Amino acid sequence: MIGGWLKRLSGAEDGLGAAITGGRMRVLSGWARGAEDTAMPSRQVGPMPWVIAIMVAMSVVAAASGLAMRNIAQAARTDLAGGVTVQILEGRPELRARQAAAAAELLRQQPGVSNVHQVPQAEVDQLLAPWLGGDVADGVPVPALIDATLDGTPDAARLATLGRVLHGVAPAARIDAQSAWLGPVFGAIASAQWLAAALIVALAAALAAVVLLATRTALGNHAETITIVHMLGGTDPQVARIFQRLIGIDAALGALAGFAGGLLAIMLLGRRVADLEAGLLAGGMLGWADWLALALVPLFATVLAIVTARLSVLGALRRML
Amino acid sequence: MTTSDTGEIAQFDSVGLRYGTDREVLSDVSFTLFRGCFYFLTGASGAGKTSLLKLLYLSQRPSRGNIRLFGADAITLPRDRLPGFRRRVGVVFQDFRLVPHLSAFDNVALPLRIAGVAEADVTQAVGDMLDWVGLADRMHARPATLSGGEQQRVAIARAVIGRPDLLVADEPTGNVDPEMAVKLLRLFEALNRLGTTVVVATHDVHLLQKVPDCLIMRLDKGRLGDPTGALRFPPRRPGQQP
Ligand SMILES: Nc1ncnc2c1ncn2[C@@H]1O[C@H](COP(=O)(O)OP(=O)(O)OP(=O)(O)O)[C@@H](O)[C@H]1O
Ligand SMILES: [Mg+2]
Repeated sequence: MIGGWLKRLSGAEDGLGAAITGGRMRVLSGWARGAEDTAMPSRQVGPMPWVIAIMVAMSVVAAASGLAMRNIAQAARTDLAGGVTVQILEGRPELRARQAAAAAELLRQQPGVSNVHQVPQAEVDQLLAPWLGGDVADGVPVPALIDATLDGTPDAARLATLGRVLHGVAPAARIDAQSAWLGPVFGAIASAQWLAAALIVALAAALAAVVLLATRTALGNHAETITIVHMLGGTDPQVARIFQRLIGIDAALGALAGFAGGLLAIMLLGRRVADLEAGLLAGGMLGWADWLALALVPLFATVLAIVTARLSVLGALRRML
Repeated sequence: MTTSDTGEIAQFDSVGLRYGTDREVLSDVSFTLFRGCFYFLTGASGAGKTSLLKLLYLSQRPSRGNIRLFGADAITLPRDRLPGFRRRVGVVFQDFRLVPHLSAFDNVALPLRIAGVAEADVTQAVGDMLDWVGLADRMHARPATLSGGEQQRVAIARAVIGRPDLLVADEPTGNVDPEMAVKLLRLFEALNRLGTTVVVATHDVHLLQKVPDCLIMRLDKGRLGDPTGALRFPPRRPGQQP
């Protein structure tokens, strides 16, 4: 019992017992509240939570865009995987129709070719109407289109072989892989994804810098208290824990606020995109795994803040005696 | 533990200290503190008393010389072992160094909480201690609202609450009335009888006469006089552990 020696001290006649004996203080009783909760003042409200909130919101939006773009690219790839289009570039309608029918028939007989589908001329006209205006059927020659799917990737050699075969029945036939048309689009999407990733990395670095500054300020404000805690036998990890907690609470609050703001922005943006009714962008809807990944952003921000605070405090303390 | 069997708590050997590039404030200081002894450190203002005590409670490293504390070399002590040593030393700072935003109670409780003592034990011990120094009714007051003497008593309570192996007190009775000074001295003596080595720096010559078996260290302009050799080879006190 710690206070035992004192109690007996108080109880004796002149306040001092002659037979004072007391057990040594036991320090093994475990953590009750620890110095952490009591040595430092309550947390200071500075600009840090707001800065973290803004950074987390931006990261969430950037991450969501990156994920959406990945989904778009993936949806497009699955749609187009193995897809080839045969165009019959023939001006005379009867000849065009005959060659198209023959080409479709021939394609159906080829091994590894499936889903052969001749796009009806009316559909092709309708597709092109916005571009060519008015009555396409009269006057302007429009190619006949046949869609088909190859097993595996439609590489150049395979396309060339198929092309040669088709030329036998339809000299006006031209075959293309569907994905080739979208090559530049995929390139652009990939660049945008890299940009989003770089943005997130930059934001994380900025967040660490903000936490570093906030920690230094807090250390400066409490230098005297830290010295006292050290003099009373406090360890560096004990002191670090105090600041970790202070910074961690601020960071968590900021991160949650930023997460909420980021989600709001994504939902508004998503509604605008949905209004566009653009077929390709529809593939950009976020799945549950994507939302889960987004939820990791504030968590990661908080952990990053705590780790940064801990390392910077331990670094600063090492310079004290 | 690390205390040597011969009963030496601390050993200074030709210790010198200078702040920055100034002249030395301590020169060739050599002495030994024996377990269970009661020391007074006297000397004029500016003689270097506080500086010497700082070396003793490991808040300062010497510019030269050797210091051993609890049987270990204090100069080369790695950083992560400092807390363990500091927990064995209770310090009453000349300027108190209470934590300003903590109540008297929490200030006194701080060493116990740092050491991880269970909260129930902390409450009991701190309550008893504040009662003893006459501050039971002021336990929730912040240091700023306490008088100088009250702050000093909080500082003393904080230093002794963990029953340290070595108590270092820098002018611990400078701000209290003579009656309270004697009472506080009794507290130090009680602790001393329990085996704590006590070092008290003071100007107050009356205090020296109150402790019969004390040893006196006198600093003069940074030099420690030991004409009788008692600081290196102290006379045995009856009943004292060797
Ligand atoms: N941090 C410091 N930096 C520079 N010089 C210092 C520092 N602390 C003390 N000194 C100088 O060292 C000398 C001894 O100071 P110290 O505080 O040890 O004296 P003291 O004996 O405790 O005096 P007092 O009885 O007034 O408390 C003084 O000349 C003082 O100016
Ligand atoms: Mg002094």
